[in-house]
Amino acid sequence: MSETILSVQGLEKHFPVTKGLFKSQVGAVKAVDGISFDVRKGETLGLVGESGCGKTTTGRLITRLIEPTGGKITFEGHDITHMKQGKLRPLRRDMQMIFQDPYSSLNPRHTVGAIVGAPFRIQGIETEQGTKKAVQDILELVGLNPEHYNRYPHEFSGGQRQRIGIARTLALKPKLIIADEPVSALDVSIQAQVVNLLEDLQNELDLTYVVIAHDLSVVRHISDRVAVMYLGKIVEVGERASLYSSPMHPYTNALLSAVPIPDPKQREGRERIRLTGDVPSPLNPPPACRFHTRCWKAQEICKTQEPPLAELAPGHAVACHFPENAPSTTETPATVA
Amino acid sequence: MTFLQLNDLKIHFPTDDGLVRSVDGLSFQLERGKTLGIVGESGSGKSVTSLGILGLHKGGRAKISGEIWLDGEELVSASPEHVRSLRGKKMAMIFQDPLSAMHPYYTVGDQIIEAYRIHNNVSKKVAKKHAIDMLGRVGIPQPDRRVDSYPHEFSGGMRQRAMIAMALSCDPELLIADEPTTALDVTVQAQILDLMRDLQRDFNAALIIITHDLGVVAELSDDILVMYGGKCIEYGSADDIFERPEHPYTWGLLGSMPRLDREVTERLLPIKGSPPSLINVPSGCAFHPRCAFEPRTGGKGSTLVPDLVETEGGHLVRCHLSREERRDIWATEIKPKLES
Amino acid sequence: MVTYIIRRLIGALAMLFVVSAVTFSIFFVVPRLAGVTPDDMANRYVGRAATAANVQATAQKLGLYDPVVVQYGRWVKGVFVGSEYDYGAGVEHCPAPCLGYSFVTKQPVWPDLVDRLPVTLSLAAGASVIWLVIGVSVGVLSALKRRSIFDRGAMIIALAGVSLPPFFTGLVALSLLSYGLGITAPGGAYVPLSENPAQWAYSLILPWLTLAFLNAAAYARLTRAGMLDTMGEDYIRTARAKGLKESKVIGKHGLRAALTPIVTIFGLDVGILVGGAILTENAFSLQGLGKYATTAIAANDLPKIMGFTMLAAFFIVVANLIVDLLYAVVDPRVRLS
Repeated sequence: MSETILSVQGLEKHFPVTKGLFKSQVGAVKAVDGISFDVRKGETLGLVGESGCGKTTTGRLITRLIEPTGGKITFEGHDITHMKQGKLRPLRRDMQMIFQDPYSSLNPRHTVGAIVGAPFRIQGIETEQGTKKAVQDILELVGLNPEHYNRYPHEFSGGQRQRIGIARTLALKPKLIIADEPVSALDVSIQAQVVNLLEDLQNELDLTYVVIAHDLSVVRHISDRVAVMYLGKIVEVGERASLYSSPMHPYTNALLSAVPIPDPKQREGRERIRLTGDVPSPLNPPPACRFHTRCWKAQEICKTQEPPLAELAPGHAVACHFPENAPSTTETPATVA
Repeated sequence: MTFLQLNDLKIHFPTDDGLVRSVDGLSFQLERGKTLGIVGESGSGKSVTSLGILGLHKGGRAKISGEIWLDGEELVSASPEHVRSLRGKKMAMIFQDPLSAMHPYYTVGDQIIEAYRIHNNVSKKVAKKHAIDMLGRVGIPQPDRRVDSYPHEFSGGMRQRAMIAMALSCDPELLIADEPTTALDVTVQAQILDLMRDLQRDFNAALIIITHDLGVVAELSDDILVMYGGKCIEYGSADDIFERPEHPYTWGLLGSMPRLDREVTERLLPIKGSPPSLINVPSGCAFHPRCAFEPRTGGKGSTLVPDLVETEGGHLVRCHLSREERRDIWATEIKPKLES
Repeated sequence: MVTYIIRRLIGALAMLFVVSAVTFSIFFVVPRLAGVTPDDMANRYVGRAATAANVQATAQKLGLYDPVVVQYGRWVKGVFVGSEYDYGAGVEHCPAPCLGYSFVTKQPVWPDLVDRLPVTLSLAAGASVIWLVIGVSVGVLSALKRRSIFDRGAMIIALAGVSLPPFFTGLVALSLLSYGLGITAPGGAYVPLSENPAQWAYSLILPWLTLAFLNAAAYARLTRAGMLDTMGEDYIRTARAKGLKESKVIGKHGLRAALTPIVTIFGLDVGILVGGAILTENAFSLQGLGKYATTAIAANDLPKIMGFTMLAAFFIVVANLIVDLLYAVVDPRVRLS
């Protein structure tokens, strides 16, 4: 097994909620509530979940765009949880972020050359043949015409803009890239181009990805391992093949079952699990197992005891009292460690 | 007589940069109780088509020609006032983002009541009772209480349910849903798709569902129309489109999407380039600059607009490749890669 | 909702204190920093036969040697309970609310302000109604008939209205309509409403129109822009899709949303105006608060300037408060948060 590049332990982000005349704190939105995972060098970890599950917050915590309220983030052996921005800057080179919206994340008044070259200036890096050459090399790498160096973002299509965004993150040869919904704003035919590009770059540049997305099919295609989040918790994490073929958490099952399949013949025969209602608010989430309000397998214990994330099969952990597809078929509560 | 029939519909917008041919000669038919899926990427003209049917394409500047026959009435030449009287009653629409599509200052109930009272001469009290009924029917719990809530107090899924309740309040015979689930989470999307399927059965309406998501189309549609650059490039039954697609663009769409029901493929098979701008639609076949098989058309691709030709039993394709070539390419070059 | 109101009220009171402290500093601290001694200030109260001893005694009695904080405290106390001014030539009583005592006119400031208020209120009331009605109607029509001759014409006139100051338009109107054609009242003519409503309106019609022209132009532009934005909203398309008549789409759905920001600005504008329409009052020689302020400034009569400033600030803060509350009534989204 290859070495761990990023390690997250018990990461928490609680946003305070205030009320009344004196803005006293009455609660907290537990956007991320104690999650732990490791990312290994060279792999792609997919982070999936519905809106409000905390996947985007997690991405921003890892990159230190927001300050965690608890837990620990270790990147390449450095504890960066509360590292000062000044000390963090050299590490930022190695850890970059790709954003969802290629329209709003590029400054419309800067040329492509300036946008992609900005990291060089900020980090004060001299390149052998000058920044321009370096930028043009990167543009070529992501499939853009290097002669478009002096053009502005609005002169490009959505897919090309996302390529610019990717080029910017690649400028400093990072080791880890956090991609937050990198393709969801793009047209179907363009999504595939960008997905392929991300895979090619990973092979060529030996990159490690954390891909945050709501599209289970895209995540399955691109990831080696997948973590499923629900209301600020990781409910299941495992190797792609085992997670998609034998999901253990009822929520993962429901998610997979909800994805429309582009095959009209499967319309009738397919077994469907339909969850009722919406995801509860992360402010005052249900106690114990957070999924119990929508779970068809929920028992009394689910309302009183939070199930731990337990490894039930090699490399496949689930936080559920009544997991499905578990190696031991007896449907007894998993032992609480 | 066919319930809904479009004949050579064109909707063009003159702009400072040139003429935008959003819809450029579109024809199709749809019967009551049937669902047509219109698939396309941004700028394909799919949304403008739906707005055109309702007479909501932007007023004076748009140039519309062709025919829209709805239950024996021609709408393109009808008076705007007449088309207005049909909107909401005979034909209704569901939009993509239910938060921005509902007025933030009025309660959900008020907005449904308004829709109902436009076409039904009833008191507010009666209309409110109807609104509560409708909210209950689309699966909103405690409808008698939620009727007085504002849209921002609803969750995304509830809002879309309310939107559907509003659209169905006057029992329309034609329902157009423009990306109805794109803004929703996947578990909520599944609920809404189920709801639409059930309601269509109950109301026996003709349903047009417009989306970029082939999965959503496959879940609901009887027939599918694939649009590209303002034109229909392939039309057929759901089985035709998913089992025997004949247009290179449709192949491209199928190859672009990762699928949960198949083994993981090594690579996706995307279409090169980007969807065209409608101001500068490429000459000849609009798809030719992105088409991998254009060289096999002997130069016709960039000069001649191919006709929409029936290949077999209602399956229409607009492509310069011969039927035999297309079937051969699909069977030997495309299908094996998709299923590998 | 109740906490919202209470919080706003507290905020408004705090704001008034801040304004009074800042104003007080400007008038009593800044001059001192610029080298004006307490003796210089006292000198102006003593009159012509000023001896050094006299001046010092007066400064002593007026408390000008005290620390500024103490002086400010005394001023605040005066507002609530009144105060006595002993300036050497006798003791003057200034009853609450005492906003200061003018040693130039030997009068407390507050009764003067109260005297002048009706004129300014009359001016503001008439002008605001006129500009609101004209501005909003022109703006709506312009938006609906975008790029028509009406729209272009209205926007050119509006540009003129925004650019031309009232002392120019006012004087032109006076010389043409009053002194030239004699159809409106001459400058300085003011008949109180309680005396003769018809005469009141006649005497004010020209100032009203002058002031309204300025603001109607701004409102027409604002309404037009707001209306254009609103009519492009998704919910307008929804309203049309329901089959709603266009007049109702505009009136019930478009205008309701477009007017909300207008209401806000209107409230603030009226608040500012009630504090004195300095330019217009001067142009028409109306003895309102604005004219009062200019006279006081010309005479360097600090207590009057201070009193006027506080009253104007009071109106603006109150207008702000009303607007905030009104907003919550108009927009249900504000109510909740």
